[in-house]
Amino acid sequence: MRHIISLQLENESGALSRVAGLFSARGFNIESLTVAPTNDKTLSRMTIVSIGDNTIIEQIIKQLDKLIDVVKVTNLTATKHVERELALIKINNNPNSQIEIDSIIDAHGAKIVGVSADTYIVEVAGKSRRINDFLMACDTFEILEISRTGVTGVCQKKEY
Amino acid sequence: MKLNGAQILVNCLKSENVSHIFGYPGGAVLHIYDALDACDDIIHVLVRHEQGAVHGADGYARVSGKCGVALVTSGPGLTNAVTGIATAYMDSIPMVVISGQVSSAVIGNDAFQEVDAVGITRSCVKHNFLVKDVNDLSNIVKKAFHIATTGRPAPVLIDITKDATIAVCEFEGYPKSINMRSYQGEITIDTAQIDKAQALIKQAKKPIIYSGGGSVIGNASEALRTFTRRTNFPITQTLMGLGAYPATDRQSLGMLGMHGSYEANMAMHYSDCIIAIGARFDDRITGDLDKFCPYAKIIHIDIDPSSVGKIIGVDVAVIGQVNDALSAITQALKDQELPNIKPWWQQIEKWRAVDSLSYQTKAGVIKPQSVIQTLYEVTQGEAIVTSDVGQHQMWAAQYYPFDEPRRWINSGGLGTMGFGLPAAMGAKLADPASDVVCVTGEGSIQMMLQELSTMLQYHTPVKIINLNNGYLGMVRQWQEFFYEKRYAMSYMDALPDFVKLAESYGHMGIKVDKQENLKPALLEAFKQKDCTVFVDILIDPSENVFPMIPSGAGHHEMLLAGRDKMKTKNDKGLNLV
Ligand SMILES: Cc1cc2nc3c(=O)[nH]c(=O)nc-3n(C[C@H](O)[C@H](O)[C@H](O)COP(=O)(O)OP(=O)(O)OC[C@H]3O[C@@H](n4cnc5c(N)ncnc54)[C@H](O)[C@@H]3O)c2cc1C
Ligand SMILES: Cc1ncc(C[n+]2csc(CCOP(=O)(O)OP(=O)(O)O)c2C)c(N)n1
Ligand SMILES: [Mg+2]
Repeated sequence: MRHIISLQLENESGALSRVAGLFSARGFNIESLTVAPTNDKTLSRMTIVSIGDNTIIEQIIKQLDKLIDVVKVTNLTATKHVERELALIKINNNPNSQIEIDSIIDAHGAKIVGVSADTYIVEVAGKSRRINDFLMACDTFEILEISRTGVTGVCQKKEY
Repeated sequence: MKLNGAQILVNCLKSENVSHIFGYPGGAVLHIYDALDACDDIIHVLVRHEQGAVHGADGYARVSGKCGVALVTSGPGLTNAVTGIATAYMDSIPMVVISGQVSSAVIGNDAFQEVDAVGITRSCVKHNFLVKDVNDLSNIVKKAFHIATTGRPAPVLIDITKDATIAVCEFEGYPKSINMRSYQGEITIDTAQIDKAQALIKQAKKPIIYSGGGSVIGNASEALRTFTRRTNFPITQTLMGLGAYPATDRQSLGMLGMHGSYEANMAMHYSDCIIAIGARFDDRITGDLDKFCPYAKIIHIDIDPSSVGKIIGVDVAVIGQVNDALSAITQALKDQELPNIKPWWQQIEKWRAVDSLSYQTKAGVIKPQSVIQTLYEVTQGEAIVTSDVGQHQMWAAQYYPFDEPRRWINSGGLGTMGFGLPAAMGAKLADPASDVVCVTGEGSIQMMLQELSTMLQYHTPVKIINLNNGYLGMVRQWQEFFYEKRYAMSYMDALPDFVKLAESYGHMGIKVDKQENLKPALLEAFKQKDCTVFVDILIDPSENVFPMIPSGAGHHEMLLAGRDKMKTKNDKGLNLV
């Protein structure tokens, strides 16, 4: 099953490689990983999406918790939470399909955020599902490049 | 007080009551050596190889229970130390390793003797630090010792740039305490789990205590004895746990696992309640997981939550110190009636009567088992025994019953050949009054031989018992059983004359090639109180370690010496190594 694991970790050089190294050394799988500082400058927030059965996810969480730089680990999937992802998609600017693309963009709540003579860039944000759906709908167009942020999320409870 | 980084470091180490540092100098740590030289309170042991330094600190830590300390230079100094660090890590040994690093201005430039120490060691330390600013140094040293010695102990590396050892700052004394929001050293035990544990214990008809290294590391020998005697349960111990409970006691079934005793493994297999104490269900113990302990409910006491449920699911997890957990459970069982386990004991006695450690003697050859038994006799079971890795390690564990903890010192998790000799040196420094023996093989000893020189310099008289079979015996045994006797690269030709070798290092050497000379030679060796003696014993090269659970088999499928034919090739088993 897919799990979203949220970490608070010390904003120190090396902290990211400890987490990434743990996953590769123990053969855990990472679907996506995002990290950025928080309002507390000494802390970073990392969100990891991993796929595994309950025993593996339990091990992942315990092993993460063991890392000295990790202040807190939460399995968001186990609580009420909001998750979002953003994707930027560069599409070949082909005048023949312009109208069709516009309607797909509208239908998926996406928007065009950059245009050049031969390309335009579309932004889609939401649950990963929405991005996947959008990409699926675009499959007749010539997608030149995709950049996805990976999932980030927060838990809904005031304190957790 | 204004001090440079090196002086601050030495001050901090003094405050941590460090008595010995095992190390080797080089450019990046010269300032530190300069400061150490001016300090009379710490003995620096100049080894001959950095791996020896870390194993020395490790042996010192295992015997004393204190934190071992090693000091190495940047680049090759650090890379040489890595095997030692990984060895200590796998066996949960508290240790602080200090390494020099190139100056912060040139980090990342492929500077002379630069390696990414933090990156290289990341997966074999509990934590590591790179110190670039002298102002951070004392706090980091404090954190390093705190992390290394609390919770599940392990090595911590402090990598210090050369400029940070030279820079001067105001030193306000060693921090008294340290607060880390991201690290909780000690854990209070959840009493609900104690309740559940005692409830299971009260229902057990075929219980067994399976105690491991955690009982030794956690200094829980007393609590373990009290609990075991109170319950009258049988107890088996892992290779790492030997001695926490006295091996010569009636309730002890000896070691379990691949080369454990028949009674211990059978009792594990048919048990209905296993109480795992500071043990981590290693694959040498469990064998094929599908066949592991099919009838048992499992209670698992461990300080490290990630040890619990990692290999097999458990019914009750008690997270915390062995000492705290066992005291609480013993307390909870007070005045409680325990079930009658007499039939279980009767069954166990039948298994015990199989006498799985018996072996055939043969005229004209020395059996390794008899060497260890004679060693036990001559030392009256009271020596500290370190070992290397191989068949000799198993024989030492099987035929030298340890009645006290911290007397059996070996590399179990990583299985590092070369560990035994430097560990013996560290052990002797930690406990000069005890006899220290290194049981080794002609293969292993040659991996850290150079430390014989250090041992002369620092006057650490130990007895080296070389079970010389001319083979990488453990490898040869596997090739005999599982590779149709194709002995690829397990025979070593051109061995040195170990007696002359010992003598050239300034020690004494004795060669034994006849059974009748064995005991006199050992008596002679142990008479030499002031001298390291290398006893080179030519043993039966064809002897194998038994009993054995061939990989892939279950605990109830043990093979006994001379009684069972070894099964060859079991693909599933071979994968387990
Ligand atoms: C050639 C060879 C053959 C081997 N054959 C065997 C064999 O037949 N049988 C065998 O038993 N081993 C054997 N081993 C050793 C094996 O590889 C493992 O090292 C060993 O089984 C692990 O022991 P352990 O489970 O006691 O764990 P350890 O590695 O000692 O781990 C200790 C556990 O206790 C916990 N702990 C530590 N401190 C505390 C505390 N204060 N309170 C609570 N918990 C704590 C830790 O978190 C950890 O989970 C062999 C090794 C070699 C090299
Ligand atoms: C550093 C290292 N390299 C390789 C091994 C694999 N290995 C395990 S036991 C063994 C043979 C040890 O030979 P020896 O020291 O003579 O002991 P014996 O088994 O003959 O008693 C080898 C090569 C190891 N454990 N450690
Ligand atoms: Mg050998």
